[in-house]
Amino acid sequence: CLPMIRIPEANSLSFEAEYRRFALKKNGAGSFQEFYQLLQTIHRIPGVDVLLGYADIHGDLLPINNDDNFHKALSSANPLLRIIIQRRDEDEPVVFPTNSLQRRKKGLAGLRPSQQKNKPALLIGLPQDFRQISSIIDVDILPETHRRVRLHKHGTHKPLGFYIRDGVSVRVTPQGVEKVPGVFISRLVRGGLAESTGLLGVNDEILEVNGIDVAGKSLDQVTDMMVANSHNLIVTVKPANQRNNVVHRGSKASAGNGSAGSGGSALSHESAHSPASQTVSQCSNSNSVAEGDSDDDDTDLIIESDNLPSYTPHRSLANGNIHGNTPSSGVFGHRPLPQSVSLPSSSSLPTKTSSSQESMREDGNFITL
Amino acid sequence: MMKFRFRRQGHDPQREKIKQDLFAFNKTVEHGFPNQPSALAYDPKLQLMAIGTKSGAIKVYGAPGVECTGLHKETATVTQLHFFPGQGRILSLLDDNTLHLWEIEQKEQCSHLEEVCSFMLPGRSGIESTSATRVTVLLPKLSCDLLAVGTEGGGVHFLELPSFTLLDRSIFQDEIMQSVPEEYKCGKSLGPVESLQEHPQHPDKILIGYSRGLVVLWDLQSRHADNVFLGKQQLESLVWVRSGNSFVSSHSDGGYMVWPVSSSTPCTHEPVTSTIPYGPFPCKAVNKILWRTTESGAPLVLFSGGMPRASYGDRHCLTILQDSQHITLDFTSRVIDFFTIHCIDRDKEFDDPLALVVLLEEELVVIDLQTAGWPTIPSPYLAPLHSSAITCSYHISNVPTKLWDRVISAGQRQCHLQTHTNWPICGGKNLAPSPKQQELLLTGHEDGTVRFWDASGVSLRPLYKLSTANIFQTDCDHNDSLTQAGEEDWPPFRKVGCFDPYSDDPRLGIQKICLCKYSGKLLVAGTAGQVIVLYLCDEKSDHMIDVATVDLLQDREGFTWKGHDRLPPKSSSVPFAPGFQPVVLVQCMPPAAVTAVTLHAEWNLIAFGTSHGFGLFDYHRRSPVLARCTLHPNDSLAMEGPLSRVKSLKKSLRQSFRRIRKSRVSGKKRVMVQEANAQLAEQDAEVTPVQRRIEPRSADDSLSGVVRCLCFADTFLRDGTHHGPTMWAGTNSGCVYAYALDVPSQDKFSEQSVEALLGKEIQLMHRAPVVSIAVLDGRGNPLPEPYEVSRDLAKAPDMQGSHSVLIASEEQFKVFMLPRVSAKTKFKLTAHEGCRVRKVALVNFSSVASEDYSENGLVCLTNLGDIHVFSIPALRPQVRYDCIRKEDISGIASCVFTKTGQGEYFKKIFLKSRFYLISPSEYERFSLSARVITKPLCQLDVDRPHDPSELSPLSSPALDSPNSSADITLDTTGELTVEDVKDFLV
Repeated sequence: CLPMIRIPEANSLSFEAEYRRFALKKNGAGSFQEFYQLLQTIHRIPGVDVLLGYADIHGDLLPINNDDNFHKALSSANPLLRIIIQRRDEDEPVVFPTNSLQRRKKGLAGLRPSQQKNKPALLIGLPQDFRQISSIIDVDILPETHRRVRLHKHGTHKPLGFYIRDGVSVRVTPQGVEKVPGVFISRLVRGGLAESTGLLGVNDEILEVNGIDVAGKSLDQVTDMMVANSHNLIVTVKPANQRNNVVHRGSKASAGNGSAGSGGSALSHESAHSPASQTVSQCSNSNSVAEGDSDDDDTDLIIESDNLPSYTPHRSLANGNIHGNTPSSGVFGHRPLPQSVSLPSSSSLPTKTSSSQESMREDGNFITL
Repeated sequence: MMKFRFRRQGHDPQREKIKQDLFAFNKTVEHGFPNQPSALAYDPKLQLMAIGTKSGAIKVYGAPGVECTGLHKETATVTQLHFFPGQGRILSLLDDNTLHLWEIEQKEQCSHLEEVCSFMLPGRSGIESTSATRVTVLLPKLSCDLLAVGTEGGGVHFLELPSFTLLDRSIFQDEIMQSVPEEYKCGKSLGPVESLQEHPQHPDKILIGYSRGLVVLWDLQSRHADNVFLGKQQLESLVWVRSGNSFVSSHSDGGYMVWPVSSSTPCTHEPVTSTIPYGPFPCKAVNKILWRTTESGAPLVLFSGGMPRASYGDRHCLTILQDSQHITLDFTSRVIDFFTIHCIDRDKEFDDPLALVVLLEEELVVIDLQTAGWPTIPSPYLAPLHSSAITCSYHISNVPTKLWDRVISAGQRQCHLQTHTNWPICGGKNLAPSPKQQELLLTGHEDGTVRFWDASGVSLRPLYKLSTANIFQTDCDHNDSLTQAGEEDWPPFRKVGCFDPYSDDPRLGIQKICLCKYSGKLLVAGTAGQVIVLYLCDEKSDHMIDVATVDLLQDREGFTWKGHDRLPPKSSSVPFAPGFQPVVLVQCMPPAAVTAVTLHAEWNLIAFGTSHGFGLFDYHRRSPVLARCTLHPNDSLAMEGPLSRVKSLKKSLRQSFRRIRKSRVSGKKRVMVQEANAQLAEQDAEVTPVQRRIEPRSADDSLSGVVRCLCFADTFLRDGTHHGPTMWAGTNSGCVYAYALDVPSQDKFSEQSVEALLGKEIQLMHRAPVVSIAVLDGRGNPLPEPYEVSRDLAKAPDMQGSHSVLIASEEQFKVFMLPRVSAKTKFKLTAHEGCRVRKVALVNFSSVASEDYSENGLVCLTNLGDIHVFSIPALRPQVRYDCIRKEDISGIASCVFTKTGQGEYFKKIFLKSRFYLISPSEYERFSLSARVITKPLCQLDVDRPHDPSELSPLSSPALDSPNSSADITLDTTGELTVEDVKDFLV
C-alpha cells in the first residue's frame, strides 16, 4: 500500500509561501535524517537550516526533529500529513503552542508575536531539545479542583526541582470546616523540571504521590516517597490557583485562549485525548500502584561477567570482556517487555547518559548505564 | 488479574488466624543500667532495692531474675524513694513536689508496680511562697502509719499512711525556737529541714536537723523538744547510732560530729568528737554519713564526699573508715546514694553490716564488708553495658553448650579482685524456668573491647571480656591508667567500678563482630581498618600475630587518605590469657573504619568492607584472595576521611575533659537546659515550616562506595545445575557484586589457594544503599549457617529447586532468581510508605497453635521506628508494629534482631526477641513472636495490712535504709549548694 503524504504548506516568515504535495511509503520511511534531506531536495533548499513541524490529529503543531517523533508523525497521517517547514531563525525562537493551527485559522495569528514578546521566559526552547517533560493525567476521574501531574525525568540526574513544606490545609467535612496538616510545594527551583512544566506552583497542596495518599505522612516520609518514585513521579495536587483548572474544563475555544494567555500549560496536551495520557492513566488509575505496577520504570542493571569458567559449554554470550555488557532485562517474566530499550553501546560504568541519547518514551522504560 | 491479586492480599480469615498465631509484639525486659538514676531505696525485710530515675521510672530489684518496673505519669525526676518495710509499698517524691504511693501487685506470676495514690502538700493559705512547702526530706515511720515531711520552709508536717491525710500536728520553727537559747537565735531562720531520723529505740521520738546546724530531738507524744543540739556548722545529714545514745551529723565543711544524747541535758552545745577526715585544708561537704557498729569492735564509718577541695574536689569518693583501716573508694561517676545491708533484728546489739551498696550515676557497686580488704561483689544485674561506649552489638542464639562452657570458664579466670560471696539483695522468688537455650550478646566498645553477655534470661549477665588493644602499640598503655590510681599514699584511693567512657584511642573502637558458634572462631573489626581473626583457646599462649595488609584502593590513582593512621601492630610476641586469642590481623589500606564483615569458618574465609572497597582473605593460608575498590571516581570525600577532623577534635576534647568529668554540671541544670531546648525546638517547628528538597539519588553522592553488607552462600551463580561457594557484597550506591569462589576441599586447604571470580554485578536502578543480601534455597528458606549441615544440626537446603537472592536496599526489597538474576518479586517500601529500611533480618517464626508449623519472615525496622514483617520469598506484608520512637535515632541504629532458631528439627523454641538501646546504658528487649517471650516472672510475698488500724507495730529498726538522709535531696533537687557556687567563682 502506498499511503499518501501530503505537504500542503511550507510556511515561513522569510520564505515565500510554497505548497507541495507528495507521496511517501509509510513503511519505507526511513530515518529522520533521510526525510530531512528528502524535503530539502523536494523544496530545493539544500543547506538551509529549517525546522519541521506537523499538525497532529488535534490540530496541534508539533515538531519533527528526531526519529521518534518523525515516526509518530507518520503514524498520525490519515492519510494526509501536513508538514510545515520553517527556516530556523536565531533571533526569534520558535514555539509550538497548543492549538496553534486552529488559532491561526481563527485569524488570531496577528496576536501571536506580541504575546511572545510579553512572555519570553515561557518559551519551551529550541525544538532539537524537545521532549515531553510532563503531562496532566486522569482528568476524567479526578475532581475538577485537583490535578494529577506526571513528571518525566528521562533518566537524567537533574533534580525534580521543587521543595515541599508542612502546612495546614482547610477541608470541608460534614462536621464543618476542619484544619488538617498537609504538605505543600514551597518553592520551585529556577529552570528546574517542575518549573518548566508550569503544572506545579508554589503553595499547591500535594494530595497523593504515585497513587498513595500523603495524609498522615510526615514531611520526611513524603520526601522519601517522592525521591523513591522520582523516575516516574505522579503527583496529585490541589493547585493554589484554581483559575486554570476551571478553564481547563471549559469550552475548547476558551481553553485555547486561556492556556495561551496564562502560558501556564503551554506544553500540556489536551490530555484526556492524547495517547500518552491514556497509557499513563492505565497504570495509575487504580489508586494503588502496588507490586509491579510501575515495574517497568525500574529495571535494575545486571552485568554478567563471562570469564567464569562455565560448566556448560553452550554459553554463547561470551564476548571476552571482563565486564561484558550483556543486559538481561530483568523484569517480570509474564509481562510483555517494552520493545524500546536504549543502551549506550560502549560504556560499562554506571555514569550519566548524555542527553543526546535520551529520547522521549511514553512508557518511561529505561535501562541506564 | 490485578483485582484478583489485591483481593487475596486483603482479608483471608484463615491467613489472619495463622498470622495471629505467628506474630505478636511485646516489649519484654530492659537490660543494663537505668539511664540517669536519681534515687535509691532498700527494704531490709523484703530484701528489695528500688532505683528511681530522672525520667520518672521506678525499678525494683530483688534476687537475680526478680524485677519490676513502674513509670510515673509525669516525666519528672524521682528525687526520693522509701519502702514501707515488708509491705511492698513504695513512696516516691518527684521533682514537682508530689508524693506518690506505689504497691507491688502480683498478677499471674508477674509482679507489677502500680500507683495507688498521690499527694501534694498544700500551701499555707497563701502566705508562704511555694518554696516553703517544697519537700526536702521524708521519714516514713517504721510502724508504717505515719509519714513525717520536712520542707524547705523549715516546717515538719505529718501525714497518715497510707491514706495521705494531713494531720494537724505540724511542727513549725517558731515552736522549736522556744527551746533554743537566746544567744543561738540571732534572728536568723533555721533553714530548711535537712534530715529527719526516727529514734532506734523509741518510735515516738524523731530527730529533726535544720540546715543551719540545729538538731532537735522531738517527742511526738508530748509534742515537745526533748533535747536541742546547737550545731554551728551547716548540716548535711544525720544518722543514729544503733544504741540511741548518740547520733552523728555530717557537715558542709567536710567534717562529722558525734553528739551524745542524754535526758539530763536538754541543751547540748558541743559534740563529743568533731573530725574533718581530709582536713586541714578546705574540704567539700560530707553529703551522707552512716555509722555502723560491729561486734568486732570499732564502728564502721561510711561517708560520701568530704574530699580536699583543691586537690581532689572533682573526685567522686566514698570513704570507709574502721579503726586504722581507711579506704577511699574512687568512682568514675557521681555517687547518687548508698546504703548498707546489715542486721535489723532489734534484739541484736550490733549492726554487723554485710555489704555496702553504692548507686552511682553510671553503675551499681556492691562492697563486701565482711571480707577483709572490702572487695567488690560482682552484680548479677544492672550491668553497666555502657562502661565504654557501645559501638556495635551482635547476637547469637542457641549457643552450643561446648562454646558456652568455654566462654564462661575463660571469663571466670578473668575476675581476680572479686569475691564469690552470694549476692546480698535476694528478695522475691524467680519463677522463670531456666532458659531452654543459651544466648550470647556481644557488645563491641569504643575502647577496643568485646564483652560477652548471657542474654538467655531476664537479667543480662557479664560472662567474658576480650580486649583487642593489647596487640597494637598505642600511645597510652591501658593497664597503666588503672594502676597509677594511687598517685600518692594519701588519701588511700582505690579505683572501683568499671565505668570508663574515656577511650584514649578512638581507632581501637570495634565496628563489626562475627562469631561462628560451632568452631569458636571470632572475627572482630575496628575503626582503623583492623580485622582480627581470633580462635577460642583454653590454654594461655604467647605468640606473634600474623599481619597482612590489603590495599582496597587497588590501582586507583590520585586519592590521598587524610584520615587517621592504621594502628601499628606490636612486633614482638604478646601473651594472651585463655579465651579468644588473636591469630591473624588484616589491616585495610586506607585504614578507614570497617563497615561490613562476614566469616565462613568452613571455608576458612573472611570478607570485610570499608568505605573504599572490600576484601576476601583466607585466614588458614594467611593469604589475601581478593580486593576490590568500590569507589566512584567522583567520590573524593571518602578519600579524605570526612570524619578525621571531627575525630581529632573529639580526641583532644576527651583528653582535656578526662579529669574534669561531669561533676560541674548539676543534673538539674542539665535537665533544665534540655527542657528549654525541647521547647525552643517545638516553637521553631511551628514558626518556620521545614522545607525539603525533592532530589533523587545521583551516582556521585559522596560515600557511594561504602560496603554495607557481605554474605557467603553456597548457591547457583555460574549456571542452574552446578552450585558452589559465592560471596556477595552490596554498597551504599545500590551496587551488588557477586563472586564465584573456588574453595578447595577440606584436606587440600594447605596446598590449594582459594580463587574468586566476579560473576555478576547488579546496579539497582534506585541506587539506594544495599542493607542486606541473603540467598534463599529452592523452598524459599534461608540457607543454613556454616557447619550446621555438615554437623547434622540443620536440614540441608533444597538444592533442587532454583535458588534466589533477596536484596534489601534502604528503599525496597527484591528477590532475584538465580543464576540469571531476573527479578521475581519486589516490595517498594519507600515508594509506598515513605519510610526507609534501617535493619533487616530473616527470622523463623513458629506458631503458638502448632508445634510443627513455622514460617520464615523478613523483619524490617524502618527509620520511623516501626517494624514490618514480610513473607519470603513472596514479599507480602504481614504485620506492622510501632516499636521505637522515630526520634530515637540511636535506638533504631542499635537494634539487633536475633536469628532463627536451630532449624526445622528443633521446634521447641525460637527466640524472636530483639534488642535495641533505649538509652546509652540500657537495652530494651521486644518480641515479635507469639510463641516465645522472655519476661520477668517472679513472686514477691508482701505482708500488707489493708486497714491501717490493724497494723501491729513493727519491731525491726531499719534505721539505715537510705530513706532517711537529706543528701538525696541535695543531690537531685539542685546540686548548687553554697560550695558549688564558690567552686564556679574560683
